[in-house]
Amino acid sequence: MHLRIRALRLLRRVAFALPLLVLVASACNPDHYPQTALRPLSDYARIGDDIQTTTFKWALAVFVLVEGALIYAIFRFKGKPDDPEPRQVHGNTTIEIIWTVVPALILAAIAVPTVRGIFETNSTPTGDVLRVEVVGHQWWWEFRYPELNLTTANEVHIPVGQTVSFHMSTADVVHSFWPPRFAGKRDVFPNRETRMWFKAEQAGEYPGQCAEFCGIEHGRMAFRVRAQTPEEFQAWVSHMQTLGPKPQASAAPADSMRTASAGAKLQASQQPAKPGAKPTAPDSAAVQQPADPAYAAGEKLFMTKGCVGCHSLQAVNAPKGMIGPNLANVGARSYIGAGSFQNTDENLSRWIQNPQAMKKGVLMPNLGVTPDEAKSLVAYLRAHK
Amino acid sequence: MATTALDQRAHAASHAEPTGLWSWITTVDHKRIGILYGSTAFLFFLMGGIEALMLRIQLGTPNNTFLAPETYNQLFTMHGTTMIFLAIMPISAAFFNFMIPLQIGARDVAFPRLNAFSYWVFLAGGLFLNSSFLFGAAPDQGWFGYANLTSRQYSPGLNVDFWMLGLQILGVASLAAAVNFFVTIVNLRAPGMKLMRMPMFTWMSFITQVLLLLAFPVITVALILLMFDRFFGTHFFVPSGGGDPLLWQHMFWIFGHPEVYILILPAFGVVSEILPVFSRKPLFGYAAMVFSGVFIAFLGFGVWAHHMFATGMGPLPDTFFSLATMLIAIPTGVKIFNWLGTAWGGSLQFKTPMYFALAFIAMFIIGGLSGVMHASPPADLQQTDTYFVVAHFHYVMFGGSIFGLTAGAYYWWPKMFGRLLDEGLGKVHFWLMLIGFNLTFFPMHILGLNGMPRRVYTYPEVLGFETLNRIETVGSFILAFSFLIFLINIIKTWRGPRNAPADPWNGATLEWAIPSPPQEWNFAQIPAVHGRDTLWEEKRARGGKLPEPPRVSGQGIHLPNPSYWPLVSALGLLGLMVGVILEPHIGPWGIITGGVILLFGVFNWAFEPAG
Repeated sequence: MHLRIRALRLLRRVAFALPLLVLVASACNPDHYPQTALRPLSDYARIGDDIQTTTFKWALAVFVLVEGALIYAIFRFKGKPDDPEPRQVHGNTTIEIIWTVVPALILAAIAVPTVRGIFETNSTPTGDVLRVEVVGHQWWWEFRYPELNLTTANEVHIPVGQTVSFHMSTADVVHSFWPPRFAGKRDVFPNRETRMWFKAEQAGEYPGQCAEFCGIEHGRMAFRVRAQTPEEFQAWVSHMQTLGPKPQASAAPADSMRTASAGAKLQASQQPAKPGAKPTAPDSAAVQQPADPAYAAGEKLFMTKGCVGCHSLQAVNAPKGMIGPNLANVGARSYIGAGSFQNTDENLSRWIQNPQAMKKGVLMPNLGVTPDEAKSLVAYLRAHK
Repeated sequence: MATTALDQRAHAASHAEPTGLWSWITTVDHKRIGILYGSTAFLFFLMGGIEALMLRIQLGTPNNTFLAPETYNQLFTMHGTTMIFLAIMPISAAFFNFMIPLQIGARDVAFPRLNAFSYWVFLAGGLFLNSSFLFGAAPDQGWFGYANLTSRQYSPGLNVDFWMLGLQILGVASLAAAVNFFVTIVNLRAPGMKLMRMPMFTWMSFITQVLLLLAFPVITVALILLMFDRFFGTHFFVPSGGGDPLLWQHMFWIFGHPEVYILILPAFGVVSEILPVFSRKPLFGYAAMVFSGVFIAFLGFGVWAHHMFATGMGPLPDTFFSLATMLIAIPTGVKIFNWLGTAWGGSLQFKTPMYFALAFIAMFIIGGLSGVMHASPPADLQQTDTYFVVAHFHYVMFGGSIFGLTAGAYYWWPKMFGRLLDEGLGKVHFWLMLIGFNLTFFPMHILGLNGMPRRVYTYPEVLGFETLNRIETVGSFILAFSFLIFLINIIKTWRGPRNAPADPWNGATLEWAIPSPPQEWNFAQIPAVHGRDTLWEEKRARGGKLPEPPRVSGQGIHLPNPSYWPLVSALGLLGLMVGVILEPHIGPWGIITGGVILLFGVFNWAFEPAG
């Protein structure tokens, strides 16, 4: 009886700490972290993960043995000030040779898979490889598909089951491209091309971010990897290839953002009677609601407020060297501000009005957009997907 | 011997211990300079700690706005720069100064005025760097200062200028001190103090000086190239002009990796002194300890590019630097095993220094093992630039260096100040520090492997980093609190009586043969050394404790004269650098004035009678 009461009391005390324990336990589980490096989803990431697991097992064994010996010594050899002087040992050649050689052997056991892994990860992939060019910018990511003539930003779409080869550089300072579920980091440099490859194993949307300090907004230079089944990926590519200049418009002067929007305008004027009509021609810009007055107003604002100076709206034949991210499919992205804020109308509107409040130091200035104007711009951008 | 020559030249004046502010400003006594180094560095250490606490508050919750991004970037840059150059290095230098001459049986260092100059230049560099806060332009590019972010185009402000010039000043102090201690150890050892009889702290310090002498010129050159890029429009690291940002990384880490050993080897030495004394047993494998230290230092120059695996150097460099890095684990392991061997079979006396020394071993093992984990490039590509690395180097730098140096502070405090620090408060300090340290840094391993990158001023909630970050923030405050206890202990001891005998711990080395605190001339008579652990030998020969050494008058002992020219020269160097910062506003006049003062100081120093 007394025992039960005591046990209950103890339980009550432990129960107090229980939620904390559960919290800590869950915080140690990699599944709790969408950006974890411990749940690899590609062949490339598994090479490193396997080596890491091997090394960790050895490290854990050494840790237990050596810390165990230390703790044992602390309790076993505890002395009193008036104890007699212990035996004065200066060394022991045999033991010293053993504890030099054994670590060397353990290191050899780690070195062999390491060297194999170094050469595997540095190999050049062959066969059916999709080439993606990555360009780091302060503080966003540009992705180009030269074989498909497509450009996008901050969300890289890749097919599952096909090796993707990333050819990387930067428009300004050194960054580091890091999609942890698929690969470790690879720095990008302004004067050399660096490379990385992997074959994704599972569809889904996964976070990644810049891993080399690159200035004030290094903390908000993230991106998303959208791994898609081959069919989905193909559909995405076909759709993106409609987001280009119209042939008529492409004859217009060189400014390609203007041509993209000019195409949209043309379409809007051609189809006034069919609100919400889907674009029919494969080479027309994707405009979902051409007759929406907010859309038309937004389009005008996009041209007059200066957006057009830094952002391109065409995925096909997109110009290089733009300061701001490509917005051809911005309406379909899950995040804005380089993987920083969910792509809701509210966030997009806040961003357009005051980007500096959301991401201080970002190169996009506050352009004095009013809430009403922002509404129109959101409608316009939302239609670009 | 040099000492007999000094004795012959000695004049008959009696030395009363000088007091007052002026005596500290003009001092050339290695012990006073050591105390100046230690107290200044401890203040900088507290500043670096407050910077760290602010970083921890910011990271305690996701999307926190406690610090603006640019403030966060300034604070993490200054935290790293401060802890490395203004805290750990000069705290080590405090012990070099105070202890090396005592351990080798010398009256002072080889160049006492150069020693004072080193201290004043260090102080000038520290003040110069931190004065950037007053301009709102603290360095914000990281302590590693990677090009091309540091170019005028991407860092137009004064921030990088303060960092670049500040490190240059500190480099002068480090190099001057390194020359001084190198010469001191080579030339001023007492008769019979052969190299292989030197105390292990002196040995590790000796190796550290060699590392300093070889590594600092590299960063000096790199900083000069950066200065040319920023001030004179050259393109060493600027790609638009054909320069290469990667070159900076190589130069920086050729300095930066040996720098890691510059930070840890003195702590190795301290712990190698404390373990034998409190185990009442000689250091296990003395020769292996010496040669593993030499081997670590040698290999330390051949592993720099393991900081650069993510740059994609190609398979051959990756392999070379990976294997070389693994190789370093062998001598490091030897050291750990020898420390264990020292305690093994001993009669362990659990005084505060021993607590810290044993915790040093326990924590350093963890840092060493995570170090082996990133020696493998395919695995390191995930670990690098994440909190896993932050955890690793804090286990080495804090769990290693700071625990070791704190052990040294408790161990040598009675020798330095003639007062024993309070044991009770010491143990409270120890337990709070151990718990706070592990709470702060252990979860970083988990966060890093689960995708939390370094140097980000915030993180979104969806990434799941909040729980462990909050625990870390709580831990960091416990850690800070432990140092408050240390401060209280210092103040309490300061107010108490001089209670320390010459040899409170039954020491094995020469510093324990003289009164606590030592008199200005250290040894009334230069001791003769007949073996390792020379004081133990002597005590054994005399059958037990030695009588308390008397405080004597220093009649007839030659000592160098005090001098203020080192301070004047240091002020000139500081003025020159301030002149560079102010040049856009006042023209070249600041530079000219500083340069003239520097030349004037050095000139008068050179022609000043030495004593």
